[in-house]
Amino acid sequence: MDFSWIFSYWPLLAAGAVQTVLLLVISVVFGFILAIGLALAQVIGPRWLKLFARGYCTCLRGTPLLIQLWLLYYGVGSLLPMIPGLRASFLWPILREGFFFAAVSFTLNYAAYEAEVLRGALLAVPKGELEAGRSFGMSSSTLLRRIWLPRAVRIALPTIAGEVVLQLKATPLAFTVTVMDLYAVAYKVRQDTLLVYEPLMVVTVFYVCLTLIITRAFKVVEAQVPVRR
Amino acid sequence: MSSSQSLLELLSPYPPGWGGVLLAGALSTVLISLGAYLVGIAIGLVGAIGKLKGNRPVRFVLDLYTTAVRAIPELILIIGLYYAGTDGLNRILSALGLPAVEINGFVAAVAVLGIVQGAYMTEVFRGAILAIPVGQIEAAAAFGMRPRLRFRRIVLPALLPNALPGLANLWMSVTKDSALIAVVGYQELALATRIAAGNTKHYFLFFLASAALYLAITLISNVVFAALESRFRRGQPTTA
Repeated sequence: MDFSWIFSYWPLLAAGAVQTVLLLVISVVFGFILAIGLALAQVIGPRWLKLFARGYCTCLRGTPLLIQLWLLYYGVGSLLPMIPGLRASFLWPILREGFFFAAVSFTLNYAAYEAEVLRGALLAVPKGELEAGRSFGMSSSTLLRRIWLPRAVRIALPTIAGEVVLQLKATPLAFTVTVMDLYAVAYKVRQDTLLVYEPLMVVTVFYVCLTLIITRAFKVVEAQVPVRR
Repeated sequence: MSSSQSLLELLSPYPPGWGGVLLAGALSTVLISLGAYLVGIAIGLVGAIGKLKGNRPVRFVLDLYTTAVRAIPELILIIGLYYAGTDGLNRILSALGLPAVEINGFVAAVAVLGIVQGAYMTEVFRGAILAIPVGQIEAAAAFGMRPRLRFRRIVLPALLPNALPGLANLWMSVTKDSALIAVVGYQELALATRIAAGNTKHYFLFFLASAALYLAITLISNVVFAALESRFRRGQPTTA
């Protein structure tokens, strides 16, 4: 076991950790927003929207994330330059990066899984609470904002914690599209120093620590609301 | 972009087209998944019994195994086990004075994915065994059945309906996790797609086609598992 490489590689490791966390935060935040829309579409949307949302969830949950990522990066990425004017636009430096494609595909994938969780939670909110809100004269948007959604999120919280951890464990896939995330740094260390296991172990410790932090954070959030069991 | 006629030709199953390569990849994805699934079931059953009946050290080791596998990202686990496994085996062989072997990519893939599946299976089976009413097992014991016979005749048939939803989820996840094997260079559907796409430069077309194949595998599995569950739940009262 040789860990002396850490001294020369720590700036790279830190940068990789930042990329990993950034990917996680972006995909969870935007994915969650998207998931609310998808879940509502499945629960109260008109027929065509319901079908669309259900189809979206089935397709994204039925195919590997790796294929979705490659479809976006290689597939859509190879079609993008054909859009006239795009290469000259200010967006091009972002659209060229693997990070952009990784963030988009992780977000879309996370939204599909999260929507399914939220759909169940929306349906699990006791009817009486919604009726109580309505009898107070709340409009349906107020009801959604003040009662239905907060209650559903609270019900789904333990599952959401699990989904976030799963999402964290999916982020190393970004290394296959040239993102210098934590795993990619470990890969680079292996190529430079020919050490196979040590970099993997260091990176693993980081992922496990992040997992613990996430589960702790969700426990704190869950404890905000006292629940009688 | 070429016309739709030539796009269809690209997907044709015969050599100028790459459809055959994709289908062969899909077949090997299914075979790897099936192999890993069976290995996982075997590990899971042993692990669940160990966790429920084993002594302290056994339980500790099993807890470490399931926690570690479920906390470490699959990609890292697969790459780590792939290299550590092949390297470790060869070191053992050389210590025993035997020549090193080149490990078959298929066997390595099945073993690695099977070890990952086994950890999740252990938990699924543990929960399913705990959900069996104790009275049923006690009744079997009262009839004088030995633990082995009891396991085969009572526990195993009774745990299946409880475990099936979890088992179905795990099958879906192993078919998708098998795509990660592409990263270590064994040719299954994901890697076959990448090769086909790279050779023809029709990235979008081929990745879409392989997504459709994965989706087909998932949808067919859904039907199979629904049928299996209704078969194993026959005679049970329906809820809701």
